[in-house]
Amino acid sequence: MTDAAFPDGANGAAPRTTTSLLAQDARTRKRNAAEARFRAYGIAAIAVGLVFLAVLVSSIIFKGVGAFQQTFITLNVELLEEKLDKSGTRDIEAIKKVTTFGYNPLIDAALAQAIAETGIENPFSKGKDLRKMISSGAAADVRDYVIENPDEIGKTVEFRLLASSRVDGYLKDRVTRESLARDKNLSPEHLDIVDALAGAGVVTKAFNTDFITGADASESRPEQAGIGVSMLGSFYMMLVVLACALPIGVAASIYLEEFAPQNGFTDLIEVNISNLAAVPSIVFGILGLAVFIQFAHLPQSAPLVGGLVLTLMTLPTIIISTRASLKSVPPSIREAALGVGASKMQTVFHHVLPLAMPGILTGTIIGLAQALGETAPLLLIGMVGYIASNYPDGVIEGFMAPNSAMPAQIYEWAKRADPAYYERAWGGIIILLLFLMSMNIIAIILRRRFERRW
Amino acid sequence: MQDIKITARGVQVHYGDTHAIKDVSVDIQDNTVTAFIGPSGCGKSTFLRCLNRMNDTIDICRVTGDILLDGEDIYDKRVDPVQLRAKVGMVFQKPNPFPKSIYDNIAYGPRIHGLARNKADLDDIVEKSLRRGAIWDEVKDRLHAPGTGLSGGQQQRLCIARAVATEPEVLLMDEPCSALDPIATAQVEELIDELRENYSVVIVTHSMQQAARVSQKTAFFHLGNLVEFGDTDQIFTNPSDPRTESYITGRIG
Ligand SMILES: Nc1ncnc2c1ncn2[C@@H]1O[C@H](COP(=O)(O)OP(=O)(O)OP(=O)(O)O)[C@@H](O)[C@H]1O
Ligand SMILES: [Mg+2]
Repeated sequence: MTDAAFPDGANGAAPRTTTSLLAQDARTRKRNAAEARFRAYGIAAIAVGLVFLAVLVSSIIFKGVGAFQQTFITLNVELLEEKLDKSGTRDIEAIKKVTTFGYNPLIDAALAQAIAETGIENPFSKGKDLRKMISSGAAADVRDYVIENPDEIGKTVEFRLLASSRVDGYLKDRVTRESLARDKNLSPEHLDIVDALAGAGVVTKAFNTDFITGADASESRPEQAGIGVSMLGSFYMMLVVLACALPIGVAASIYLEEFAPQNGFTDLIEVNISNLAAVPSIVFGILGLAVFIQFAHLPQSAPLVGGLVLTLMTLPTIIISTRASLKSVPPSIREAALGVGASKMQTVFHHVLPLAMPGILTGTIIGLAQALGETAPLLLIGMVGYIASNYPDGVIEGFMAPNSAMPAQIYEWAKRADPAYYERAWGGIIILLLFLMSMNIIAIILRRRFERRW
Repeated sequence: MQDIKITARGVQVHYGDTHAIKDVSVDIQDNTVTAFIGPSGCGKSTFLRCLNRMNDTIDICRVTGDILLDGEDIYDKRVDPVQLRAKVGMVFQKPNPFPKSIYDNIAYGPRIHGLARNKADLDDIVEKSLRRGAIWDEVKDRLHAPGTGLSGGQQQRLCIARAVATEPEVLLMDEPCSALDPIATAQVEELIDELRENYSVVIVTHSMQQAARVSQKTAFFHLGNLVEFGDTDQIFTNPSDPRTESYITGRIG
């Protein structure tokens, strides 16, 4: 029987030529050359990628690191009683009646005093001119302090006040004497004073915690702007996304993958989910505007609405990655569980889901990271351009009160005319990237933690 | 003569347009090992999977005809396949332990069926099952090591122990020894022989010798038909159908 497989003569047809293993034949050489070429392409591709990454990261750090440093002017301000509390009763209501304008002369005097101490000649007779060196928000800081501590009135207190953005720019080499020729906000004489004050240690650069914790400021006060409040806005949005997208996405994927019958209807759903993943995010924004704000009358610019819109956007990502990880669980595990009499639900929850967990978590975190960096849909629900000047009071306010989000804040800063905001935009990007990086690291750690062999 | 455990009458199975089982009627006795033999693709696994409704999980699979377990139609609307599978256990061709500890592999079935009242009970069941699976001596010192870390043959015996642990009445085995060496095969065969005392065992095998060694009844399938069914001795020594004869003598297949 077996010899039927070998027709006569097949064995002796071609005489065998023996070749040495020590010499490569032409075919092998060609194959090896092709392999070497392919390796070279691969290495080149990776190298190009790495170069771009290095350029990107270094330029971001180079341009953004300035935002983490801020120039301060340390002044001994005499809190004159006759200006701040004429009655002398320390009545808090009376003290509050004095506006920030009432504080300006005190600061001017303190500044003039500091200049006099350095010995340099002061060409400015009017306090208003001198004050250009100090942030216009400085008076408010002093006033807040006095209202908190009315007993300090009459004493001389040391304040570390924000320098104006031009002075800050001068210390960071953004502003030069030449560039000031076309700038009405500061004159070269100011810079002489700044040099002298810096020499005396009155003008100093220090780490800028306000940039990380503070709120956005108006267009004319870039030195005061911080990303803290919009960071909180992003945080509340991510809470909403996590709370909505994870359960809905995972439940939908489990149903579609494990329970739903294979028919035209589920095929249609599947196609639509894949398509949704490719829909531009701004479309979700306009959907959110129509549904959540115009129809459901949720508050505009609220992180709750932003979170719901981003949920819509991330759901397809989460569903697709969850289904992929459910699919990758070998069917033999399902058969084994069904074979010992487990129900479908027990099979899924006891055996399939634990094995799919690393994939689900990774998909979810990547979806969240995507949502964290999304700007376009926030444009349409009014989270861009809104200036939240205070932290929300309490959790409910956090969800419902108008706020911004990190990428929206960065976009807003990048739009503003003052070059000082440019630096802040880059600084914001550094913070955003740090968040994204830590989310990716969490994804990797969770993946390692949950991954098991089978 | 043994009691009849499973009765199949006029069973037809379709996978979409493929007609995989054509009008099969067979009686499977209690306390007996029944072997299914036949060339590859003839429908042995398909028919076996009908007996515990494992085919329900395949969307395109359609089963018609009657299959009775102790006189009750297992395809009746009122029958819950999960309850059925607790009674009719299954061992698969490829060892498929759960990616959990050896202990948990065995304990899973008893746990979900509530067979153990407490931890000591469960420990007993695990030990007894592992002993019946002829693997206790090899794993008794590492019950909490992962089941997937065992060798292929050990994994298969673990799977048999797992199937036994739920106290089924019928045990279906689809080529349980195809991944085992001769020694492990001998152990499993011995095990099957012991299991016969309490269960009705149905085994699919490609080894004629194995069928001859372990079974009392043999069914020969060919192209979806049940060609011949009878006592193993008679099938192997004096088959009545020429196709059976040519298969067991190695001429078709
Ligand atoms: N899930 C399925 N979908 C479609 N057709 C299937 C499926 N499973 C089996 N079949 C078909 O049913 C027929 C019988 O297959 P089955 O697996 O029962 O054969 P078998 O006798 O067990 O073969 P083997 O000895 O190789 O395991 C084959 O023609 C096969 O192609
Ligand atoms: Mg088979």
